[in-house]
Amino acid sequence: MVDDNRWLLPEGIEELLPEQAWRLEVLRRELLDLYRTWGYQLVVPPLIEHLDSLLVGTGNDLDLQTFKLIDQLSGRLLGLRADMTPQAARIDAHRLRREAPGRLCYLGTVLHTRPTGFSGSRSLMQAGAELYGHAGPEADVEIMALMLETLALTGVRDVQLDLGHVGIYRGLAQDAGLDADQEAALFDALQRKALPEIEAFLGGLDLSTAQRQRLAALADLNGGVEVLEEARQRLRDGGAAAQRALDNLQDIAGLAARRLGGVSLYFDLAELRGYQYQTGAVFAAFVAGCGEEIARGGRYDDIGQVFGRARPATGFSTDLRQLMQLGERDWPALPGAILAPAEEDEALADEVRRLREAGESVVRQFAGQAGTPAEMGCDRVLRWNGSAWVVEPLS
Amino acid sequence: MTDSLTIALSKGRIFKETLPLLAHAGVEPLDDPETSRKLILDTNRDDVKLVIIRASDVPTYVQYGAADLGVAGKDVLMEHGGEGVYEPLDLEIARCRLMVAGRRGAGEGGGRLRIATKYVNSTRRHYAAQGQQVEIIKLYGSMELAPLVGLSDLIVDVVDTGNTLRANGLEPLEHIADISSRLIVNRAAMKRKHARVKAFLAQMAEAVQERRGRAA
Repeated sequence: MVDDNRWLLPEGIEELLPEQAWRLEVLRRELLDLYRTWGYQLVVPPLIEHLDSLLVGTGNDLDLQTFKLIDQLSGRLLGLRADMTPQAARIDAHRLRREAPGRLCYLGTVLHTRPTGFSGSRSLMQAGAELYGHAGPEADVEIMALMLETLALTGVRDVQLDLGHVGIYRGLAQDAGLDADQEAALFDALQRKALPEIEAFLGGLDLSTAQRQRLAALADLNGGVEVLEEARQRLRDGGAAAQRALDNLQDIAGLAARRLGGVSLYFDLAELRGYQYQTGAVFAAFVAGCGEEIARGGRYDDIGQVFGRARPATGFSTDLRQLMQLGERDWPALPGAILAPAEEDEALADEVRRLREAGESVVRQFAGQAGTPAEMGCDRVLRWNGSAWVVEPLS
Repeated sequence: MTDSLTIALSKGRIFKETLPLLAHAGVEPLDDPETSRKLILDTNRDDVKLVIIRASDVPTYVQYGAADLGVAGKDVLMEHGGEGVYEPLDLEIARCRLMVAGRRGAGEGGGRLRIATKYVNSTRRHYAAQGQQVEIIKLYGSMELAPLVGLSDLIVDVVDTGNTLRANGLEPLEHIADISSRLIVNRAAMKRKHARVKAFLAQMAEAVQERRGRAA
């Protein structure tokens, strides 16, 4: 049977042609250099791992996003990584075991079972950085700064930073004595800021009026930095845990305003992305013309516990393929190649070697071959001028 | 450009009932979608545009930021899943109910029920919550016909007056949810155009209040 669709790629799976691939490679090199200058060490986690270690502490969402297969050798379930963050956490907790703060970065393909976001992609080029071993706001802000640097490098401008803190909702829910199911149901409505539903749901629970008002207020507490002051008023008496979280967010906001050089800050106390595994401040970057966040991160302390070592952790990640589409920057052109004629000549062979060592790309022509030099990416040619082989423009 | 607002609406009842609320917020379209063939309607304000699309497409436009705001029935939002959009305001318009309907006594015999509906996800959720396994047949319209010709035992559909049901010998059997239209907001728009969007939300909320006051 002739299958006419054999060229067809699975849904949400893309490939890059030379020019795009070159840009991605340029970006990859520049980013890794950037991370190195900030002291972040590159790790290369495996593409595939035992499922249970991939999913440690991450909750249901990542489980659904992970492609699974059976290891023929052990009979155990393996997962293709859908997020490299837990892998980096495992490396920090189990393999490195450093006392000092650890800074790791990574860059590679991750696969998702379901297309996410506007691009509908299921294969992302994830880049990210993680900082372990420091719980203070300085660590959160360093990660935010590095995320903004990453965006700037790809030419994404006019970024708005969205800040939240999962500890506030968690504290209020605890104070109100919500059980896990109630907390999850309210969480779902909060993510949609569905005020009518939130009020109806809270009305059906056995709570004091103040508790109810505090939880409902979260859906409304969003905007500029003045929101933090407003939150102090409206969430007063909401329990020590929520207060501590609010203090922490205020410290981070203060430091971010000083250190992040005029980036526009936005606060949203009901924005709880990654609620299942985040433990503190969470943040995301938004740009004009894109309906969803383009990079995200946050604190996830103690995720390394199962790997033998609990310590503070925060980090960010983003999808380079998406950034490449959004960013406006100049890309170094794919360097043109030099065409070497199809002659057996020792002087020519020497010159070709010399040019290649100097970093030029040299393409050997074949006798009787089809097509033009331009098709092979050549813009120059080697010609014999009577005494030596010289590079001349292609005409 | 950044501070202009695009609002997604569907033709018909939602459009008609949203107009007075929009007027309260100072927005009036310059064309009537029922007579105009335009899909993007200018308004009396340079910085506000309306896009006219199918009701079930409204959440998708807003989710991906093709429109900053939209008006969508709760039935459509429940079916869409509501991911990636905020739904902060109940506009209390285009009210109806999502219901199970069928011939009297239908579906009482036991065995696996066949349900015809365009609300596949909501139907599955409703029956799953009852611990009942059903077979769902996706249809795009004229649901009432399905039980009459033996395509299904029951239907799940929005019911307003119930006249269409009665005219076809069916009756409402089970209430699933009360439906009304919600103002929905794209997540990025809420953040990036915060002042604009919040002011607009407040005006719309005020319009809803006022309308409720008049009705009472």
